[in-house]
Amino acid sequence: MKKRLVVIGNGMAGARMVEEILKRDCGAYEIVMFGAEPYGNYNRILLSNVLNQTQAPDAIFLNTLDWYVENNITLHTGVKVTHIDRNEKKVYGLKLAEGDVPYTTGISDASGADFISVSYDEVIIATGARPFVPRIRGSDFPGVFLFRTIDDCDLIADYAKNCRKASVIGGGLLGLEAARGLMTHDLEVSVIEAADQLMPSQLDTEAAKILERAMGAMGLRVLTKTLISQIVQKNGKVARMVFRDGGVLETDLVVISAGIVPITEVAQKSGLKVNRGILCDDRMRTSDPDIYAVGECVEHRGVTYGLVDPIWQQVNVLADILTGVNPDAVYLGSKTGTKLKVMGVDLTSMGEKETEETDDEILVYRDPNRGVYKKLIVRDDKIHGAILLGDTELSDPLMRLFMNEKPLPENRGEILFGAVDGTRLFDAADLPDTAQICNCNGICKGDILTAIEEKKCSSVAAIGTETKAGQGCGSCRGSIAQIISSVVGEVGYDAGEHYYVPGVPLEKSQLVREIRSQGLKSVSGVLEKLGEGKEDPTTKTGLASLLKTLWPKVYEDERDARFINDRVHANIQKDGTFSVVPRIVAGVTTPEELLRIAEAAVKYKAKMVKFTGGQRIDLLGIKKEDLPDIWKDIGLPSGHAYTKAFRTVKSCVGTDFCRFGLGDAISLAKQVELRFQGVEAPHKVKMAVTGCPRNCAEAYVKDVGVVAIEGGRWEIYIGGAAGSTIRKGDLLCTVESHEEVLKYTGRFLEYYRQHAKYLERTYGFVERMGIDLLKGILIEDSLGICAGLEEKMQEAVDAYKDPWQEAEDPVYPFQFEGPQLIEVLQEAENNG
Amino acid sequence: MNKIIRINLGPVEGIPMGQGHCFRIEGEDIAVFRGRDGSISAIENTCPHLKGPLAEGIIGDGKVVCPLHGHRFDLKTGKGSETPECVRTFEASLENGTIFIAYTPESAENVHC
Ligand code: SRM
Ligand SMILES: Cc1cc2nc3c(=O)[nH]c(=O)nc-3n(C[C@H](O)[C@H](O)[C@H](O)COP(=O)(O)OP(=O)(O)OC[C@H]3O[C@@H](n4cnc5c(N)ncnc54)[C@H](O)[C@@H]3O)c2cc1C
Ligand code: SF4
Ligand code: FES
Repeated sequence: MKKRLVVIGNGMAGARMVEEILKRDCGAYEIVMFGAEPYGNYNRILLSNVLNQTQAPDAIFLNTLDWYVENNITLHTGVKVTHIDRNEKKVYGLKLAEGDVPYTTGISDASGADFISVSYDEVIIATGARPFVPRIRGSDFPGVFLFRTIDDCDLIADYAKNCRKASVIGGGLLGLEAARGLMTHDLEVSVIEAADQLMPSQLDTEAAKILERAMGAMGLRVLTKTLISQIVQKNGKVARMVFRDGGVLETDLVVISAGIVPITEVAQKSGLKVNRGILCDDRMRTSDPDIYAVGECVEHRGVTYGLVDPIWQQVNVLADILTGVNPDAVYLGSKTGTKLKVMGVDLTSMGEKETEETDDEILVYRDPNRGVYKKLIVRDDKIHGAILLGDTELSDPLMRLFMNEKPLPENRGEILFGAVDGTRLFDAADLPDTAQICNCNGICKGDILTAIEEKKCSSVAAIGTETKAGQGCGSCRGSIAQIISSVVGEVGYDAGEHYYVPGVPLEKSQLVREIRSQGLKSVSGVLEKLGEGKEDPTTKTGLASLLKTLWPKVYEDERDARFINDRVHANIQKDGTFSVVPRIVAGVTTPEELLRIAEAAVKYKAKMVKFTGGQRIDLLGIKKEDLPDIWKDIGLPSGHAYTKAFRTVKSCVGTDFCRFGLGDAISLAKQVELRFQGVEAPHKVKMAVTGCPRNCAEAYVKDVGVVAIEGGRWEIYIGGAAGSTIRKGDLLCTVESHEEVLKYTGRFLEYYRQHAKYLERTYGFVERMGIDLLKGILIEDSLGICAGLEEKMQEAVDAYKDPWQEAEDPVYPFQFEGPQLIEVLQEAENNG
Repeated sequence: MNKIIRINLGPVEGIPMGQGHCFRIEGEDIAVFRGRDGSISAIENTCPHLKGPLAEGIIGDGKVVCPLHGHRFDLKTGKGSETPECVRTFEASLENGTIFIAYTPESAENVHC
């Protein structure tokens, strides 16, 4: 008969434990699991995304209930184990009532309830940890929450609907993620930290200051060195917090995120040795040889962990031992590094944040203008600690050098800035099989190789389905692609991934990084170096747009990567003819221009002449071969009614003629349009400038809308829409002058160009980023990138060339030709 | 069997790299594509959906995407992404830098998809 293994706790450690055992030997045990939460297993790390509403709760499940059935695992969901009878060799559990919090110390009413008992041969305890609740009066009032489970996220989101202000107690990693998440629920959020800085365990004071500024710029209020004396309620709900120094903070909702405590009651009641956590030896064995423990509930060599990485290592060791794959495996402790998962803030920290040793090398790089801070502590030629803030491009290779204790290159500059000649600090293909590639899910290179070789996985997504690699924060996907291509030469294609374009297995930031570091300037070049081996059509247009943004002047324009409209600078119609929309700046034209347009319409037999919704004139039904001539005859530049680019600026008459005009809308609109015309973007960008809040030019519903207000000032709205989606733009800022309008508009457009997904309009982008974050970045320059944004925008503006000039000089043969007539007679029948 | 006519379409440079070009042969429009991998393919130009000009489409992965509504057609077999749509295909070859296609007049039943 098979031995029976009982696993207590169905969280990240428990479920992974079972998976690893099954992977090694699926017949080793009969498995019974207890989980206090009423679900299968989900990725707790991603709760931050659930709270900030970028992921749906059901998107973070790792093992659904079906998985347990398919693998013959008996899972008792919603059942909390109370104790283990070690004489009888039985585990006892009680069903929780609906609404019971799985991680509280007690069970609501154990008396009279029926125990579920299961006898065992071996037990693994994986009960995890619970949030630490500091002794604060009022911490049990309605409106005070903890942040540990999917249900917590639900409760918080639900309660937030009726709140305006929220506060988070604790300025650590989780506290900041919680705070950022709360902001997406339209709340004014404050973070209260007792220490004199944010993230005291991971950051030195200098980095913490920069971080505090970045968080502040997002609209988050940060109170450090602040001790809470009590939480006060009013009408049965949280109303405010009182501080030790007498200060008061109004708040409708509180989330406590002040650290974690290992859950050890089961072990304690069962007579196992417990200190801060359940004591385990290097084989993950507790003081009872038949009972093991893994995860956050464990104390190993005096250390408890609060990250998944060490847990995966513990789980692997124990799985090796239990299945006999490597009975001598030992766990010797882990090195840890963390990454802050807050949108708009790049922060990675590993190892020690400070050193007293005089023999240690300390390298620091500061670029306060860009909000960049990098610090590296080197001991014995290896990374002893590192902080990367504002620029985490190298966090992945550095983390690997750190975890694997690899000696560093002699030129230390390479470690902070990447190898100067562009070669990679670390190529995943050169790593040993035991190297961990996916740090979120603890997947080693060997696992990926097995998936490639045995399961024939040839795409990053397929590897993810098979091994879970790349399914956490996603930062290792580039490495996975490298490994695949080193084995099979070609990386497979998988639609429906969150890549910038389907044919290149990278998210936008990673793709941009690779394109820059490898100096790729053409679509075919990117496809060759980074693509999945196929020349996927939808990929080509997205790449063309991105490359033009990245290299405005030196981009190698391959026209086959462009949609027909962008090859011939006109909109294709249903009958294969084209439409011609000349630029009519700010909607203002002259009789002479109108005459030329009218004559051209007659001469080239326009099928219709129409005023567009964008305040200009459309000549429809023009033949492709007539395009160059009609453009020359009209003598106006292209209106870009076709490209994913900056298009029009609508305007009203403003102070020129209107009796209500508060600002000179026409002249500002002209300035804006002439500056940004034709600049490539992830999607089209339309603007309006309107002379007063009556808003005749519809500025509130434009990608960028400028509204004149009393006092000679202008309001700039971003992310408005009135197409398939209707959205009023968010107020970015109010300024005094035309120059400032150009400046902030330029910053926003450049930031949008750099960070939006392909085909994401500003209404989606602004909504996704949040206006507070954008204000911080673009107005207060929280990340110190504004000078860079302005410079890049200037480059794009300088590189602009009216595409209709190609009328004089086509860029390829037959660019403006219709079908080419072929005479058949003389060539016929020589190959009948 | 209908007769096959071998037709010289001129130098390969006439078609820009990675693009298509439309040739009108005996009143029929044929789209010829020059792939970046060096391949030459020829299919009927007119999209069976709503007559979109396929020569103006973007190619890649052995397929062309119609510029009007995005239906895709395999350049070798003519098979469309929306069954039962398909287009005629012609054998095309490159000899010393010159494109030749084996043309069969429209009446011929060589649609094989
Ligand atoms: C010509 C024009 C209609 C008109 O006669 O007024 C027009 C014509 C088209 N619009 Fe538009 N839109 C026109 C003004 C608008 C406006 C009003 C405006 O610009 O102030 C809007 C609402 C604002 C906006 O952009 O959201 C508008 C929202 C759309 C949308 C919905 C976009 C969205 O995400 O909500 C599409 C579809 C798309 O982009 O995917 C679209 C797509 C199209 C396309 C390009 C459809 C296509 O892919 O072929 C149409 C091209 C027709 C052609 O062959 O020329 N058109 N379209 C207008 C040209 C304006 C110009 O001078 O550049
Ligand atoms: C919001 C958030 C973000 C995080 N982000 C990161 C990150 O970016 N990187 C990182 O490395 N780590 C992160 N972590 C930490 C990571 O989630 C934990 O380290 C990990 O979940 C610990 O796994 P575990 O199995 O030990 O505990 P858990 O995942 O908590 O699983 C324990 C399970 O056991 C159940 N249980 C407890 N007692 C009993 C009992 N008596 N009977 C039955 N079941 C019981 C619990 O209900 C729970 O479901 C984050 C955590 C949170 C909450
Ligand atoms: S609303 Fe725009 S996209 Fe729709 S038919 Fe009219 S012009 Fe075309
Ligand atoms: S005409 Fe080709 S897809 Fe509609």
